[in-house]
Amino acid sequence: MRYSALGLIKEALTGHKGWRPQWRDVAPQSHYDYVIIGGGGHGLATAYYLAKVFGAARIAVLEKGWIGGGNVGRNTTIIRSNYLLDGNEPFYEFSLKLWENLEQDLNYNAMVSQRGILNLVHTDAQRDAARRRGNAMILNGSDAELLDTDGVRAMYPFLNFYDARFPIKGGLLHRRGGTVRHDAVAWGYARGADMRGVDIIQNCEVTGLRIEGGKVQGVETSRGYIGAGKVGVSVAGNSSRVMALAGMRLPIESHVLQAFVSEGLKPFIPGVITYGAGHFYCSQSDKGGLVFGGDIDMYNSYAQRGNLPVVEDVVESGMSLIPALGRARLLRSWGGIMDMSMDGSPFIDRTDIEGLYFNGGWCYGGFKATPAAGYCFAHLLKTDRPHETATAYRLDRFMSGHMIDEKGQGAQPNLH
Amino acid sequence: MIINHPLLGPRDAQEFTYLGDAGLMNRPYWLSETALQQFHDYLYLRENPAGEHRELWFHEQGDRSWLVVTRNTVTHEILKVELARDVALAQKAANLVQEPSQ
Repeated sequence: MRYSALGLIKEALTGHKGWRPQWRDVAPQSHYDYVIIGGGGHGLATAYYLAKVFGAARIAVLEKGWIGGGNVGRNTTIIRSNYLLDGNEPFYEFSLKLWENLEQDLNYNAMVSQRGILNLVHTDAQRDAARRRGNAMILNGSDAELLDTDGVRAMYPFLNFYDARFPIKGGLLHRRGGTVRHDAVAWGYARGADMRGVDIIQNCEVTGLRIEGGKVQGVETSRGYIGAGKVGVSVAGNSSRVMALAGMRLPIESHVLQAFVSEGLKPFIPGVITYGAGHFYCSQSDKGGLVFGGDIDMYNSYAQRGNLPVVEDVVESGMSLIPALGRARLLRSWGGIMDMSMDGSPFIDRTDIEGLYFNGGWCYGGFKATPAAGYCFAHLLKTDRPHETATAYRLDRFMSGHMIDEKGQGAQPNLH
Repeated sequence: MIINHPLLGPRDAQEFTYLGDAGLMNRPYWLSETALQQFHDYLYLRENPAGEHRELWFHEQGDRSWLVVTRNTVTHEILKVELARDVALAQKAANLVQEPSQ
């Protein structure tokens, strides 16, 4: 059923009895042309674009829990296209363009809000780096604007401008960046995929990959064996575990990243602010809660919760940037598991096993990439060639020397 | 997390910095025929298990020793703490017993 204002009025007048489930609850069939492992944002987007754009038939999405229960439900909802390197920026710009048209495309209110992202700078060197990044963004069709201190003050007068160590010297404003209602992204893609015949199978954990003669035949699951022509793995956070079923080791470590939300407040922060002198970023949800986060916990973890020292570190950073934050009470904190890759950039690639494809390694930037990752992964699954914006996301790039290291940290995943 | 240092007793994990998988102690032999592939795997590929994980921690705010910590990555429970030096010496002794020619 299509959603519309007229439909909403009709339902309101008839006691909201006509709403239907947004996707079917189906039992797995014995064989599919495409099996996507992982019913998160990326997996559902992949199935959606496979069905809609690439005209593939007989697609299943397998999810071990419930759809949208992983990282697409545990992030801080920010979308942006403000990367520096050539391997990345065209991809994220493609993603942002898909976000801009997402709700019309899905006929689903995902609350895409391009409220602007401001990256603060505190030193001359940071200003130079921001100018360079802004130019790279503009060259790739994105938008960037360098603000001086007065420009920042006009937007956010309550920031701590006169901090003795880290005075605010300006910021790089990316006006098309913003936030999205994250759960609605998973649900919208699920509904769109389901309407095009994709089977979304929940509570179906993949326990093995059947590989014969170097070619994938299907997947063993908690709900029985399912044959597959091609298998796409899209399980960021647990990538190493699933790919180990195929005997592969990945250039990835799993780490926990915490996020926080305060009690609901009156409108206070209209956009997204990132601190340049500590790892802290903050926005305000439409319900009024301040949504913020910081660094990962630094050690390998599959626990979806972090430890207190990082809570303290994030809150200290927040207080040094926005002193008023101290008046708000923290409502909730949670953790999500990140695929931290060896150069801080993701993978969308084939594997050495015929018919097995991999999408992962998103570090803590997977949410903003959801539409483009789905689109590019679908493109790869259907055509066996990478999409033009995702040619650099190869699994063999460490051997060939084509790393995409935005931060220049080297092979130390917890520093990206 | 509390790391029970073999020499200093229980210490807050905040005193340490984290490097990663303890396999990083076993650097490949640089003159091997397959050194390129071995160094690629050594530097970039990880087991990344959910469960028991042997990993290197450096006591930066303490005695500056390297430790091999066996920790459960699902529960964060620390199961065993050894001095990396002891682990390396034990490995070396074991290798000598196995292949006396090296």
